[in-house]
Amino acid sequence: MQNKLLALFTALGGAAALVACVTINIYFPAAAAEKAADRIIDEVWQIKKGEDAVKGDRPAAPN
Amino acid sequence: MKAMTELRVLMFALALAAAGQALAQANLEINTPAIASLQASMQQRHGQLAGLYASGAVGLTRDGNVVLRDANAVPLAQRQQVNSVVAAENQDRAALYREIARANGKPEWENDIRATFAQRWIEKAQAGWYYQNTSGAWVRK
Repeated sequence: MQNKLLALFTALGGAAALVACVTINIYFPAAAAEKAADRIIDEVWQIKKGEDAVKGDRPAAPN
Repeated sequence: MKAMTELRVLMFALALAAAGQALAQANLEINTPAIASLQASMQQRHGQLAGLYASGAVGLTRDGNVVLRDANAVPLAQRQQVNSVVAAENQDRAALYREIARANGKPEWENDIRATFAQRWIEKAQAGWYYQNTSGAWVRK
């Protein structure tokens, strides 16, 4: 009985590990990418922490 | 009894693997010399681009680039120069997206990274700047 249980859990664990490996390979970490993008954009556009687009409002130059 | 111990070890290993995966996804690697140099070059160019965004001459595209959208907003004599600034910026942006993907060992992520940046550039744009919405129409923020 216990051996059967062990076999079952080993199989389940193996399947889970396999799924995890596949996930690592195809999964795009959207939240991490957003965080990285924000850090780079803040640097390029010199946006200080706490300052957002609304506060950085600037009137458009006349055409 | 032995089965339970083995089971516990297995569970522990799985939990450890899951934790490692979560940690790996917490941050993308962006601290490489190539990315830093692109960032510096773009930051410097922003001095020229800021006025062009504000006048509406240059807008942010939905695919993470910039484009001269209203040539009439730029005096004829400066148009050539603006064109080359825009071209240089797009070159740096393409290189940036590619480098981030490569720095994380996932060159195939380049387009996802570009799409993420496209959204974030627009999100962080100042009021008055022009951007392309998802259907390609120009919108003044």
